[in-house]
Amino acid sequence: MALIKDGKQVSDQWLTADADTPVQPDIPTIVPFARFIAERDSLLRSQAEIGVKLSPGDDVAALAGDLDRLKVIAVDFPAFTDGRAYSYARLLRQRYGYRGEIRATGNVLRDQYLFMLRAGIDAFEVTDKTQISSWIDALEEFSHYYQKASDAAQPVWAKRHTTVAAAE
Amino acid sequence: MYRYDEFDATLVRERVSQFRGQVARRVAGELTEDEFKPLRLMNGLYLQIHAYMLRVAIPYGTFDARQMRKLAHIARVYDKGYGHFTTRQNIQFNWIKLDETPDILDELADVEMHAIQTSGNCIRNTTADPYAGAAVDEVEDPRAWAEIIRQWSSFHPEFSFLPRKFKIAVTGATHDRAAVRVHDIGLIAKKNEAGEIGFEVMVGGGQGRTPMIAKTIRDFVPRDHLLSYLEAVLRVYNMLGRRDNKYKARIKILVHEVGVEEIRSLVEAEWEAMQKETSVDLPTAERDRIASYFSAPAFEVLADTDRGFEARRFEDRDFAAWVRSNVKPHRQTGYAIVDISLKPTGGIPGDITADQMDTVADIADAFAVGSEIRATYQQNLVLPHVKLSDLPAVYDRLKAAELATGNIGLAGDIIACPGLDYCNLANARSIPIAQRISERFADLNRQFDIGPLEIKISGCINACGHHHVGHIGILGVDRKGEEHYQLTLGGRADEAAAIGRITGPGFSYDGIIDAVETVVETYLAIRANPEERFIDTLDRVGQDPFKERLYGAKAA
Amino acid sequence: MAAKALKANRLSDGEAVWLSRTGIWETRVTLARVEEDADGIAALEDAARTATADCIVVDAELIDMEIRDGAPVPSKLKERIRALGPTVRLDLGKQAEPESRLGKVA
Repeated sequence: MALIKDGKQVSDQWLTADADTPVQPDIPTIVPFARFIAERDSLLRSQAEIGVKLSPGDDVAALAGDLDRLKVIAVDFPAFTDGRAYSYARLLRQRYGYRGEIRATGNVLRDQYLFMLRAGIDAFEVTDKTQISSWIDALEEFSHYYQKASDAAQPVWAKRHTTVAAAE
Repeated sequence: MYRYDEFDATLVRERVSQFRGQVARRVAGELTEDEFKPLRLMNGLYLQIHAYMLRVAIPYGTFDARQMRKLAHIARVYDKGYGHFTTRQNIQFNWIKLDETPDILDELADVEMHAIQTSGNCIRNTTADPYAGAAVDEVEDPRAWAEIIRQWSSFHPEFSFLPRKFKIAVTGATHDRAAVRVHDIGLIAKKNEAGEIGFEVMVGGGQGRTPMIAKTIRDFVPRDHLLSYLEAVLRVYNMLGRRDNKYKARIKILVHEVGVEEIRSLVEAEWEAMQKETSVDLPTAERDRIASYFSAPAFEVLADTDRGFEARRFEDRDFAAWVRSNVKPHRQTGYAIVDISLKPTGGIPGDITADQMDTVADIADAFAVGSEIRATYQQNLVLPHVKLSDLPAVYDRLKAAELATGNIGLAGDIIACPGLDYCNLANARSIPIAQRISERFADLNRQFDIGPLEIKISGCINACGHHHVGHIGILGVDRKGEEHYQLTLGGRADEAAAIGRITGPGFSYDGIIDAVETVVETYLAIRANPEERFIDTLDRVGQDPFKERLYGAKAA
Repeated sequence: MAAKALKANRLSDGEAVWLSRTGIWETRVTLARVEEDADGIAALEDAARTATADCIVVDAELIDMEIRDGAPVPSKLKERIRALGPTVRLDLGKQAEPESRLGKVA
């Protein structure tokens, strides 16, 4: 697996644990949502940095109180056609004010890259075969967006009126 | 009508380039069909029995002569000289090549058209009342709102991979000509007591395998909060809609399973929370900018009648009959709404040749204010603003192009999906059933005697032919390799929307035509008076007299 | 075992095609390679996988065939419509080319 962040391939410091992988103090570890809920107190007390992996169907609101302790939240796409994680990412960014890394995992493809970025996802776990250069091209595909989302982009409806105001 | 500015034009063009790249990567083997299929569907491209099929959006059914000519051009150059208007105010071309599709989309972009989100599990082309801006009973023009929804929903980063497709319809009139109650969201624009405009929001309507009538979750959403309210509904659906079974994935199933009260409270809670976040609602300046494109055209001040028109109506029975069925009153004195039937006797419902498209464009240029044309979900066309004095000329030119069939709203005005003749999903043919019923009722005098009657035919349970909401509905099924047709009665898609009920055992390919005639003859025999419509007689007497005639005394 | 042929649509233009005895994807069902035994049908399935992976065709599927008047004809109405064209537009599709005539579809 490779990790893309800020348009570059970066090294991944995080270990993805399953339900019973031991958490070691010096290894940043992403645990499944159910395990985080079950072992919340001990995980947050441990020396390790903790991240949580949300699968479709998990209750993102349950993390709201702990977001300042979580460096990474992975949102999983078991299939790229399962779009629930887009809503989770927007809620994390826009409702709960989460500023850490939101990482897309699973069936993560170039053709959904822009949607994911706009929803607030900023790291992408992809297969080693992925051509990173092609991903960068995907960012150039659209110069405008019709609607407000979790990114900083000004929507068309705002640009229209700034353009008019500037011209007057 | 709406015109693209530089932003709309750029976005549509960029979408074509993006798809051109995706097609190239697919052909080069960099994308698998599983990866590519959702991408091509979101660009309107299906793979059907004979070839690819391209569904071009006609946003809220509104277009003009220039755009119609481009559709004719595409039909000639890239297809086989015709197109098919659909039950969602779109047009389909049936013989498309994948490698030519990006060029077709570029041609469409030349006239401010596209195929964006006409398929796929995303927010589809928003439909609206085809008489918008012309109807006598209109409270608020739905087109500006449909355009606002079009822009908000295009390339939406959160709602492009929903559990299933999502269809929104808008009306602003008291009579529902947009079938809003059988959409995932139906919007009815209305005024509150303070005279402010807002929307009644209905959710969970739909046809398909499990037909449902939409339920109102809010009586009045102030217009300036429409988008955030829609975003709240969509988010609840995106997170909670079922993804384990595609036949249970529409929002209607979610509403049915958790209950309308629970959906309402989830949506309201989501909407309330959104109010504290960066708003997705449009600022007033942008709302007004979009609305300005839909202000009333410069109508002439005319008398409420025209001597030439009246004289022709007096002298020419065919013209008078056409006026009776195909011409509707207009809100502006001296003007009329003209329906163009795409249902010639024995013809293919919704099909139109490239030459006919050009003719309609020429007529629109010559006689329709703003060269405007509309497409209806009944698979017909409309010229929304025509002077009474021009009606004879419009009629003559339509007639010369075989477009003056005077059967709007009558037995010959049949809705039919493409069915097994074209569609990969179909189980039985629909078109030949429509053709033979239309021939059986070819006599227009007989159709007028029968009165308003909506016959709707689908070739499979997906119900693209709206059979659930036909006064007479026909569903084609495959029974041990034979085409077989179920009959339903009592459906309707208007403000009294209802799902038709099945009469009993189905009929053979030949038997279904006789069955429809039996139903109609039964109605004629038992109606209280000639003014009692088929649907009213059925309401009054129920299905029993019809079943008795269809199946014998025992069945009823 | 019922006789089978392999139908598909060509990726580039969507044209309905059938795998022939020579391994070419033909536009006429009368040229389809028809197999009746397990080995032959397995070979068709292999060909479907290969041609799909090579991006030559999509929606490759086995269809039931029968012999009518000495010629292979798809058993199901949908497949006969695919082989000929829309029953409501006899001027369109493969039926409009004389050499493709199979007789009446339905």
